[in-house]
Amino acid sequence: MNEPIRRLSVVVLALFLALMASSSWVQFVKADELGEDPRNVRTLYQQFGSFRGPIIVDGQVIVSSVPVDDPFNYQRTYANGPLYAHLTGYYSIGPGRSGLEATENALLDGSADALFWTRLGELFAGTEQQGASVELTIDPAVQQAAWDALGDRRGAVVAIDPRTGEILAMVSKPSFDPTVLAVHSSSESNRLYQSLLEDQTDPLINRAIGGDTYPPGSTFKLIVAAAALEAGYSPDTLIDAPLELDLPLTTATITNYGGTRCGPEDQVTLLEALRVSCNTAFAKLAMDLGWPAIESMAAGFGWGSELSVPLKVTPSRLPSNPNEPQVAQSGIGQFDVRATPLQMAMIAAAIGNGGVLMQPYLVDTVRDPDLREIEKTSPQKLSTPMSSETAAALTVMMQAVVNSGSGTSAQIDGVSVAGKTGTAETGLDTSPHTWFVSFAPAANPVVAVAVVVENGGDSGNEATGGKVAAPIAKAVIEAAIASSAGGG
Amino acid sequence: MATVLEVSVRVGRRSEAVLLLFACAIALGARAFVDANAGGGIGAQFGMYAAAVVALAIAAHTVVRLRAPAADPVLLPAAFALSGLGLALIRRIDLAYAERGRETDFATAQELWALVGIVGAMLVIALIRDHRLLRRYTYTAGVLGLVGLMLPLVPGVGREVNGARIWISLFGRSLQPGEFAKIAFVVFFAGYLVTNRDTLALAGPKVLGIRLPRPRDLGPLLIVWAAALLVQVAQRDLGASLLFFGLFVAMLYVATQRLSWVLVGLALFAVGAVAAGTLFSHVASRYESWLHALDFSVYNSGSSYQLVQGLFGMASGGLFGTGLGSGSPGLVPYAESDFIMASLGEELGLTGFMAVLALYLVVVQRALRTAIGVRDGFGKLIAVGLGFSMALQLFVVVGGVTRVIPLTGLTTPFLAYGGSSMIANWIAIALLIRISDLARASATEPGPGDGPRLVIDPTLPVPDAADATDSEADGDAADGDAPASDQARSEAAR
Repeated sequence: MNEPIRRLSVVVLALFLALMASSSWVQFVKADELGEDPRNVRTLYQQFGSFRGPIIVDGQVIVSSVPVDDPFNYQRTYANGPLYAHLTGYYSIGPGRSGLEATENALLDGSADALFWTRLGELFAGTEQQGASVELTIDPAVQQAAWDALGDRRGAVVAIDPRTGEILAMVSKPSFDPTVLAVHSSSESNRLYQSLLEDQTDPLINRAIGGDTYPPGSTFKLIVAAAALEAGYSPDTLIDAPLELDLPLTTATITNYGGTRCGPEDQVTLLEALRVSCNTAFAKLAMDLGWPAIESMAAGFGWGSELSVPLKVTPSRLPSNPNEPQVAQSGIGQFDVRATPLQMAMIAAAIGNGGVLMQPYLVDTVRDPDLREIEKTSPQKLSTPMSSETAAALTVMMQAVVNSGSGTSAQIDGVSVAGKTGTAETGLDTSPHTWFVSFAPAANPVVAVAVVVENGGDSGNEATGGKVAAPIAKAVIEAAIASSAGGG
Repeated sequence: MATVLEVSVRVGRRSEAVLLLFACAIALGARAFVDANAGGGIGAQFGMYAAAVVALAIAAHTVVRLRAPAADPVLLPAAFALSGLGLALIRRIDLAYAERGRETDFATAQELWALVGIVGAMLVIALIRDHRLLRRYTYTAGVLGLVGLMLPLVPGVGREVNGARIWISLFGRSLQPGEFAKIAFVVFFAGYLVTNRDTLALAGPKVLGIRLPRPRDLGPLLIVWAAALLVQVAQRDLGASLLFFGLFVAMLYVATQRLSWVLVGLALFAVGAVAAGTLFSHVASRYESWLHALDFSVYNSGSSYQLVQGLFGMASGGLFGTGLGSGSPGLVPYAESDFIMASLGEELGLTGFMAVLALYLVVVQRALRTAIGVRDGFGKLIAVGLGFSMALQLFVVVGGVTRVIPLTGLTTPFLAYGGSSMIANWIAIALLIRISDLARASATEPGPGDGPRLVIDPTLPVPDAADATDSEADGDAADGDAPASDQARSEAAR
């Protein structure tokens, strides 16, 4: 009987080989695919079940993982959720991650390369993997001031420190509460996310750096003015400023706000043109300078470039190959010109910083679970779009705007504010977007602020940058200066 | 006259002791990990458990040393390691269930069953001195097996659990007599086949080029086998029917060496499987949920939920596992019994899974080796039956879990929660130890196939030819029986 027993043992071996093959198939070959199956909660438990690092603003924890008694072990909690919602993003079972929760994910969940030694220590100590803590550059006082000033209106505020590029505030309204999305149920979180997506006011969009972007309107004249100054103009140079500008190749004309003239004569100085925000002057100036000059000046500020702060910023847009009338309209920030508030803040920052644009950034420090600093961002120069003389000249012009021009509602006692208003037409039936781009104190600015309020805010068709946006910038500047004076 | 020097054969008790040490290390190490990860730390309870495990190991080893000194050294430690690992896993699963709000204490019950099983095994080794004694009870075993199988069908005694009627309740505890019936049937088949194999193989008519057995020879065998199958089908225990069928075909093949019957058997099985799929709706749904397990419609209906969750668990284990205590075995229904291998795959990874498979393979291989080594046909057939049934059972279970074949209700020997399975498997190990003892002891004696063995003492003068013939060992016993040369083995049953 030994011979059949031997043959049977071959059969047994074949059976076991089949089992080893099938288990390898499940646990190795198909493992990733099975792991990504939406019905598999284990990957969720692994992801969501560990201690995720906190996000900190000025020593206060705004996002933390609180231990709870359910299979996920930790509940992601957002203190003052809506205020920081577009910065932190959400961390949700259904919709996933956004904002800093997404870009800093590897650091927050402890899997980043920078945390390798920490993980090794945890392996030997037998403790669970912990994430690093991320400290932001945001100043909570400035953020809160921007939030309060924007009120019930839709729009965005961005505040940067021109000397370093640190982003002091970034507010976008309408907002949402990420804590709600962090609920421990995929069906519930999906439902909530869906309702946010369907909300006509688009609360999920960070209007400061993305979304549809806005035509900058008259704030674009800063670019044109800078291009002119670099081309040899000076603030005293006389330029044409007709009552009405005939656009070549068309029957259209450009007029000024309210149909008024910019000055008693048909010519005004460059400074005057900026001070009163003269459309006809800048439209003509744009055509005179030529589109390439304007385009390259804008590009010097990062217009059209990809940027991560580390949140991904939608590039601002310029028309390509505009014809004469289109150049004229672009010169006053209409036609196909589109900007993010961050881009406009960068322009203000560069002007205030002597012509040197610093790289904007949000993340200041990253600390490991033992509070040792593992990353610290140091300020970096992004570009030098203009000479310091041009910057100085522009600063004088922008101060004029606030002292006696279209931006007087941004004046602050004892502080010299430099700014530029903008009222961007959006179409025949809708109210304009209103802008205010500024920095202060003009001589050595500690903050550059860009404000945009959508569709007139609550002023309807009467809205202008000076009326609606400038007071918001004023509040933000006041908070920033107070903070900076207090050693913040 | 030549002098015969004793050649000491390595019988393996020392190897067994060393291997038992490893087995205890595995069992206690796993349990320590589980306790540590549970948060309560390793405390007094673990100390008592460790003491009990070591004491049992020493006791079992002593019994083997005393009663089966030449037994295979791998069988006991392997069974010990598997049981210990299973206990630790089940304790882990208790904790996983508790996390999800379900209080269970499978671990304590399983520890009790393991204790009963090992003590039972020790009793079997101690009390059954020679496996050939069992041959007297061939028909009794057959009847007992049938009765055991049919008991759950008796109203009042039997209980239906999850659609299968395979349980009875005895003194408040549930018992699966089918597990014990399996051993009884192995004894019956072995006994019957060894007696009648020649007539079965040779005395029938030739039909279509295949020699068939005579009805009077095959009759009793076929009746018992068919009855068992029918009962199992009636009980909706398809896994057991598959196991019995495979077991029967394998033992028949080993006994008669007729490959053609194996092919006929496989064909019959295929026909049966298709027929069952067509005729019985619950079988058809098993096929459906096997073939289309990941389809959303099948999953959402609940029929492939267990299988898919088991697959997810194993996949998340990957190569090295999530670690004991870090996975989510509690998500899989019956993670402690039907799907214990999936829980093992999840927490110990592919490496752990393969290691356990290899351990089972080693046990089966030792059983088959015992079958080859033992001299009598009865012992061979029992060893083959027990070994192959373990291999086939494992294939059916793990194949179901990894989607090679549809799921059935069979249990994983030693690992899965279930008292009857644990005790029955330990008794099987005990029988294998008993048989291997005889197999390896008679390896030191000359057998019928071996030539005479001369041991030459170099200090003595060279004997002449006449002296040499006197000292030939006698190896004249008939085929299939051990020689009657040793006093302890004076009966040569035929």
